Amino acid sequence: MVNFREYKIGARFFGLALGGSMTITLFMPSFDLRNVNATEMALDKQLWAGHESGFSLDDPFLTGEHRPVRVTLKVDPKTGQPMAPTVAYVYPAGTPLPNGVDHPDNLGNIVEQLSRDKGRIGEATKSQGAVFLLSSEPQGDGSKQFYIENASATKGWNPEEVMKAAGDENTYHASYGKSIFVREGCWWCHTLLPEETQDWQVFGAPPMLGDFNGESPTAFGSDRKAPDILHVGSRNSSREWMMLHFFNPRLVQPHSIMPRFDYLWGPVDDKGQKIDFDKWRAEYNEYVDGKRVTPPEVPMYASNSDARALIDFVLSLK
Amino acid sequence: MFKYLFARSEDIPEGSAAVYFGFSAITWFVIGTGLGAFNAAKLAFPDFVTGLEFVSFGHMRQVHVHAVIFGWISMAFAMAMMYMTPALGNTKLWSEKLGIWNAFLWNVGLSLGLTLLWSGMTSGREYSDFPWFIDLYIATFMTIPLGINVWMTVIHRKTQGIYTTNWFFASAVFMVSIVFIVGNLPEWFHLTGLTEAYLTWWFAHNVLGLWITPVAAAIAYYTIPKVTGNPLYSHRIGHLHFWSVVVFYSTPAAHHLMSAPLPEWLKSFASVEGVLILVPAVAFVSNILLTMQGKWNMFVENLEIRFTVTGCLMAIPLNMQGGFQQTRAINWYIHGTGWIVAHAHLALLGFSTFLEAAAVYLGLQTLMKRKLYSLTLGNLHFWFLLIGFTTYWVSMTIAGLIQGAGKIYEVPYIDVVMAEHPYMIARWIGGSLVFTGNCFWLYNMWMTARAGTVIPEGRMAHELAYER
Ligand code: HEM
Ligand code: HEM
Repeated sequence: MVNFREYKIGARFFGLALGGSMTITLFMPSFDLRNVNATEMALDKQLWAGHESGFSLDDPFLTGEHRPVRVTLKVDPKTGQPMAPTVAYVYPAGTPLPNGVDHPDNLGNIVEQLSRDKGRIGEATKSQGAVFLLSSEPQGDGSKQFYIENASATKGWNPEEVMKAAGDENTYHASYGKSIFVREGCWWCHTLLPEETQDWQVFGAPPMLGDFNGESPTAFGSDRKAPDILHVGSRNSSREWMMLHFFNPRLVQPHSIMPRFDYLWGPVDDKGQKIDFDKWRAEYNEYVDGKRVTPPEVPMYASNSDARALIDFVLSLK
Repeated sequence: MFKYLFARSEDIPEGSAAVYFGFSAITWFVIGTGLGAFNAAKLAFPDFVTGLEFVSFGHMRQVHVHAVIFGWISMAFAMAMMYMTPALGNTKLWSEKLGIWNAFLWNVGLSLGLTLLWSGMTSGREYSDFPWFIDLYIATFMTIPLGINVWMTVIHRKTQGIYTTNWFFASAVFMVSIVFIVGNLPEWFHLTGLTEAYLTWWFAHNVLGLWITPVAAAIAYYTIPKVTGNPLYSHRIGHLHFWSVVVFYSTPAAHHLMSAPLPEWLKSFASVEGVLILVPAVAFVSNILLTMQGKWNMFVENLEIRFTVTGCLMAIPLNMQGGFQQTRAINWYIHGTGWIVAHAHLALLGFSTFLEAAAVYLGLQTLMKRKLYSLTLGNLHFWFLLIGFTTYWVSMTIAGLIQGAGKIYEVPYIDVVMAEHPYMIARWIGGSLVFTGNCFWLYNMWMTARAGTVIPEGRMAHELAYER
């Protein structure tokens, strides 16, 4: 083996070059990204989306296990008295806590401080579960500073009571739904990132630096083949439309190239009756061929189906 | 091949590992392009095979991408390394046995990973879609053993210096392992938010820039001088190429996220560095084309040279496109459109695939000491790939420009979808051609192994006449 001095010098330069490039592209941006305060959007999103929407040991097959839900409370879960509609994020016992509660330093200094001191997030545990609220504190300049409040500590709310008080119709399985979004690869076509330079008019405001803290994965998408849906819930909040559209997009948009997601209904409908997909497809084909005036009726999804969760997720994208 | 898994390293015929890798690569190429064509059909005709979770576009797209990147491209790279590194060091592969195990575990891991991806078990991060335990497997059983074999072979070489190809190989196997480990930090440590998004693209960019691009180029540095008999035009330019890849290509990751709210300095920096990637690109293309001096007849007559030079020529539009599309002035128009998909395929199905195909042709013939079975099938393969790819690239570029226009003029999205429809069909046709060509190739190579003319000791494949 022959060693040249050149190779030794070369190896050092190589280390220098690669190390330098990693310093610039990894170490330096980390200063910018670290101390960003989570915005209202980021807090809301991480609270409803939960710890992780992609693969994790808590839900390896992305089937919606161990997930928080977002509920709208109209009565106080403790007293049963009516109250102004309040959004709460319920983490039943055993659900992994959201990133900002697990690692409060990811919230940014100001939000971290408030969430710890006023929101008492340090007291939440995975084993007992918790209920969180998105609370705010008025600032001197008239704006509001948002933070996470652990209502289990501040108000003594426990997850089961809150779920019961809200009822199924006011419960959104958005976290479960986001996993379906990831699992079914919706993000290969629908981006979650209105672009900074245009897109304002059509797809809504592009997100800002602090809008993603605690979200995983962000699933921005890179090859848009369909509308951006980061704010779709603000444009279209019809469950009915979403249901038709997921079952067969061509029922509401004849030129759409979106795949049918009828299989997300599972075997049975909301009444526990078996869904006859073959019959449905045959009748739909007749409709397409002009042999029927109306398309067949779309079955109502069961309340624990993937389809329900996905629609809850999409409607949560405000 | 399996019988060698438990044989003593000395008893394994030289080149077995490379042959194993070579045939695996071709097989993955057939599978990967088959999936690509299937996906393309689904984008053209959404009701083509519908209502089943496992054939839905969203489940199959990432399987296509990973089958071609980790199956075809990377296994063809490993094949080239197992064959060229020892040849250039005038020695044997350090360990055939490690090589065989490497290829075996590579196929096992990739099959497992793709099955899981297919079932929907994904991290949701583009290009690092595999769940973290598969990433760990890839680093431990795929890239690191490959790296050890390459490094040990280079260290035990019997030549004084190290030839250009081997600098690239040795540094690329090292870099890709680092990229795998660092790029998956979000999954190891559950990093979230923009950090996760940025690292996702840091990974994707560096796999392209520090693995695919340099190794593909390194292959051409071997193929062209070896087959033409001309010495490499300039080692100095080779140096320039090498160092500028390491310095410039490792930095512009943020240009994939130009419209995300990353720090502005990072985006501007990435944009400048991205233009500087033209330095290695120009160095590479000029070095190869100048090496061809006096031997241009082989571009027509010789299959391996034709593949390699075509790939090099495709590097010109590829890098021009790359350099310009990532400036702020242009990126906003074409980001996220079919233009980028066309660019990605110009890079991987054009540039890099053509260089690797040449290496696999050359390597398998040399190692098996058998002349290619059929020139006709070889030619058909070349033209099916070239015409199929060109159809793909042209149609997706046009589709991308339509999408870009639709985006900035705020045309209702459904009109864009309708306008793209003919180009989606064209892409599917192009893709089907590529897939068909690859089926010919697999057959041709299989028949070469079984019935190719034996190459006498001391001769090269291209010195013999074809029999069919
Ligand atoms: C001067 C050289 C190059 C530059 C500056 C460049 C730049 C870029 C940029 C900016 C994008 C993202 C565009 C966007 O999404 O808005 C991109 C995408 C891509 N590039 Fe390049 N590129 C270059 C050469 C290459 C080469 C040599 C390869 C591979 C061999 C390659 C492979 C890809 C791939 C696969 C994508 C698609 C990524 C995705 O999924 O979005 N590029 N390139
Ligand atoms: C039969 C030929 C092929 C066809 C029909 C095909 C088709 C496709 C399709 C339909 C997509 C999805 C694009 C989208 O989401 O808009 C895709 C993505 C991709 N394919 Fe292929 N493909 C082919 C061959 C290849 C080969 C040989 C490679 C690499 C060696 C490759 C690498 C990729 C990559 C990297 C992407 C992701 C692109 C991006 O995100 O920008 N493809 N392909």
